[in-house]
Amino acid sequence: MPAYTLEIIVFALGLAILMVDAFAKLEDKRSLAWLGILGLLVAFGLLFKVEPHGEGDASPFWLFYSDNRTSLFYKGIALLTTIVVLLMAVDYRGLVERFTAPAEKGAHSQAGLGEFFALPVLACGALMCMASAIHLVSIFVSLEAVTITFYIMVAYLRRNVGSLEAGVKYLILGALSTGFLVYGFAWLYGVTGSMELPKIAAALNEDGINTTAALFSFALILVALGFKVGAAPFQLWIPDVYQGAPTPITAFLSVASKAAGFVVLLRVSKVFLESTAGDLSAHAATAFAVIAGLTLLYGNLAAIPQTNFKRLLAYSSIAHAGFLLAAIAAAPTQESGMSVFQVVAFYLGAYLLMTLLAFLVVGLVRVHRDSEELEAYRGLGKTSPFLALVLLVAMASLAGVPLTAGFFGKFFVFKLVVEQHQWGLLVLVIVGAAAGFYYYLKVVASMYWQEPVSDGQAAIPVSGITRTAMVVLIALIIVAGFAPGVILSLVR
Amino acid sequence: MTLLEFIVFLPLLAVLAILAGAPARYTALSAAIVNAIAVILVTIRFGSYSVESATAGFMASSRELLASPKLSLAFAADGLSLVLVILTVIVTVAAVWASPAESKIKGSVKLYYVSSLLISAGALGAFLSTDLFFFYAFHELALIPTFLMIGIFGHGEDRKRTAWTITIYLGVGSLILLAGLIALFFNLGGNSFAFADLYGQATGASGNPISSGAQNSIFLTLLIGFGILISLFPFHSWAPRAYAEAPTPVAMLHAGVLKKFGLYGLLRLAMPLLPGGAEHWQTLLLVLLLGNIIIIGLVTIAQRRLDTMLGYSSVMHMGYVFLGIASGNSIGWSGAALLMFAHGISIALLFALAGSLRDRVGSLEFDLLRGGLAKKAPALGLLFGFAAFASIGLPGFANFASEVLVFFGGFKEMGDGIGALQWATIIALWGVVISAVYMLRAYRNVFKGPLADADAKASFGDLTAGERVPILLLVIALMVVGFMPNLLLMFLNPVMETLALFGR
Repeated sequence: MPAYTLEIIVFALGLAILMVDAFAKLEDKRSLAWLGILGLLVAFGLLFKVEPHGEGDASPFWLFYSDNRTSLFYKGIALLTTIVVLLMAVDYRGLVERFTAPAEKGAHSQAGLGEFFALPVLACGALMCMASAIHLVSIFVSLEAVTITFYIMVAYLRRNVGSLEAGVKYLILGALSTGFLVYGFAWLYGVTGSMELPKIAAALNEDGINTTAALFSFALILVALGFKVGAAPFQLWIPDVYQGAPTPITAFLSVASKAAGFVVLLRVSKVFLESTAGDLSAHAATAFAVIAGLTLLYGNLAAIPQTNFKRLLAYSSIAHAGFLLAAIAAAPTQESGMSVFQVVAFYLGAYLLMTLLAFLVVGLVRVHRDSEELEAYRGLGKTSPFLALVLLVAMASLAGVPLTAGFFGKFFVFKLVVEQHQWGLLVLVIVGAAAGFYYYLKVVASMYWQEPVSDGQAAIPVSGITRTAMVVLIALIIVAGFAPGVILSLVR
Repeated sequence: MTLLEFIVFLPLLAVLAILAGAPARYTALSAAIVNAIAVILVTIRFGSYSVESATAGFMASSRELLASPKLSLAFAADGLSLVLVILTVIVTVAAVWASPAESKIKGSVKLYYVSSLLISAGALGAFLSTDLFFFYAFHELALIPTFLMIGIFGHGEDRKRTAWTITIYLGVGSLILLAGLIALFFNLGGNSFAFADLYGQATGASGNPISSGAQNSIFLTLLIGFGILISLFPFHSWAPRAYAEAPTPVAMLHAGVLKKFGLYGLLRLAMPLLPGGAEHWQTLLLVLLLGNIIIIGLVTIAQRRLDTMLGYSSVMHMGYVFLGIASGNSIGWSGAALLMFAHGISIALLFALAGSLRDRVGSLEFDLLRGGLAKKAPALGLLFGFAAFASIGLPGFANFASEVLVFFGGFKEMGDGIGALQWATIIALWGVVISAVYMLRAYRNVFKGPLADADAKASFGDLTAGERVPILLLVIALMVVGFMPNLLLMFLNPVMETLALFGR
């Protein structure tokens, strides 16, 4: 089975959900979500049946689309994330109903819910295309397909000011970054005369090219993709958008969108980092090191005073982008042992597990305590011990406590940075990781050290399927914390 | 599954069982006792196995998790790790036993027992791992339990600040240590985390491959990283407060067992693999360890509370272990390792007794403890006296045997003239006087003299039978090793002789 079948299945699934919603007159629209989850699970299963295309297949399609193991890995990340996001969306439906309910009488109380389940599936398809994009055109098209879906999803709670504000911010800054990206691509085409990444790489290795122009295009692309992955100084939108967007969408944004952004960033920047023409690669590496350092410092230090949990997670997502950028900045030019692709893939895989785990709890607390402030988590260890334990594992892994997946992620980054003798970056990585201990454990302290806000606060009910998802995620975090090979072997 | 893997993972299984709803105290205690029995079995087989050939690692097991760089979940015991594992299981049994009954814990009972088990599992894993990565990773298992336990169940108003201090301080120390360990890894081949491969690189035909400049910088990084974890002067400020305010089992396990991780790391990795670096920084280390012994010793005398005094005394005694390590010869190293054992048992004993005292009197301030308590609680007084004498290093206790060896190690090369090491040893000897001053004074102030009227009327009794068990266990361990140090030295000496050859 060729890899693109998966995208076809996922897009068809998204459209099917829309159609069923439009024509089937469902009383309880949750079944749409179950349909989506089921379909995505099937697609995820089929992921392991994909056969790479043969050497002899000279169809021009393969100039746009790669089906190597890295691409498949990121397709898997997109699928898994979307499954968990749909689960979260089911738990979150009360709020969606509240903030989208139509004003006119007689309308279905779940009128706004169908699209809320369909859009993530469509975004998932686009993300999977992005994971395979190796041509400037396919990169751009898939990136835009993702971003436009997110414009809708971020502003989905149309009667909630915060969500609308987030939507407008994301729209304006997203459009701006798109402009940078196209302009950068145009320059890159002008310099190299090609839109295919392998040919661009070859062109950038020739002596006669104009390195100044190439560097200019690199800078433009870096700005645009830096925006997507939340790298400083292009990170300003992240806290507001993360805080305002519906919680499942925030999770989606911070995991799947970031992962896809990183795979594109890695593919495009590798072309520059490995160029042998002039001092192009040295300049590109310096730019990465500076951005990585800034992101590490900003994300970790600005997270310290946060009191809103979603904002805290937003800064944490910036901080993790910093660690990933540090790995790219310290990427060895010669392959030795573990490639930077593997390090980034492992980090993102671990990040997926622990961030989704955290957001599962955030969503539930938002629905049942009607708050996202850290205050709402006081005494959670007493009122809902299971949720508190789940969040404890998520925070420990995010902080990088050993024997969790998060530690191996940081460990590989450490290893790359030490291996490449990037001592300045090493200091920043240590400072960042140490700050992480503080702000992640702040959540833990709030849950366990403090008394509940009021006596007799009821436990938060957790549905069986959500509970199962949480247990599976915890198990994966611990397994990956002992045996990183489980994830690493999936990428080459 | 080998017996060693069983020993490391049994506490973790017990943790899962407790979280799933098994009775906390019962499960934790049985896991600790079963583990102790398993360690006895390992020791017996180890002893009959020919100790000389066992330095390479007894009961080695290895599960490869990553091919390149080679990373495996590998365990093996040699004499050094065996002694520390014996220490760990003894203190674990005592600490779990000494934990309050479930009805007396205000808050989550599960958390109380789970924390002790996690700290114990972390120490066992770190001492038995023969893979650089897991050596480091297991140690960190204790980080979050300690944080939670001090914050929730700690004594005193300031417990939250203390919990933050110890967590951030040790977190930073671990990260510095990690950087040093990775640098060490890259300088020794950079393709395998296994200890055996690291040793193999360091003792290859062409000698130690690490340049002297790299040795110096890596050794310093490791010394700071490990030093923070061990509370080497001047990185000690987290320790006394944390131990004073931590709940009794956490203080026992942390001060008694977990702190030995850093010393173990120095003996296992830094000294043999970086002999040049060790030589280069010897003077610095000697100055710092004298800071531990003399300066912290004087600070200990000035304490006004029994618990902070014990905390400082634990920092002070680290100086002797450092002295043994700094001596660079196998006698000093055997002494250091034996002292790690002796100090671990004696400090756990002191914290257990201090905990029992606090339960009775409600405070550990010397001003409020007006003396004479031995009349009211004779067993508590007697056992505290034993613990105090052990801590000072009186003959008959393990501390004496080990401190003597440490001093012998310091003087071993005196034939070549009195150098920095010998001067440091001469000064360090005065530390014994200092510890006698504060320990005996504390003993007299709390237990001897006339009983105050208020205390005479107060309704508290002597140690109950349940409380005596863990305390007697620790006292017996100290005395057995004190009278027959060879029981442990026969395991330690061959390892130390092998490790000491590395630098030659």
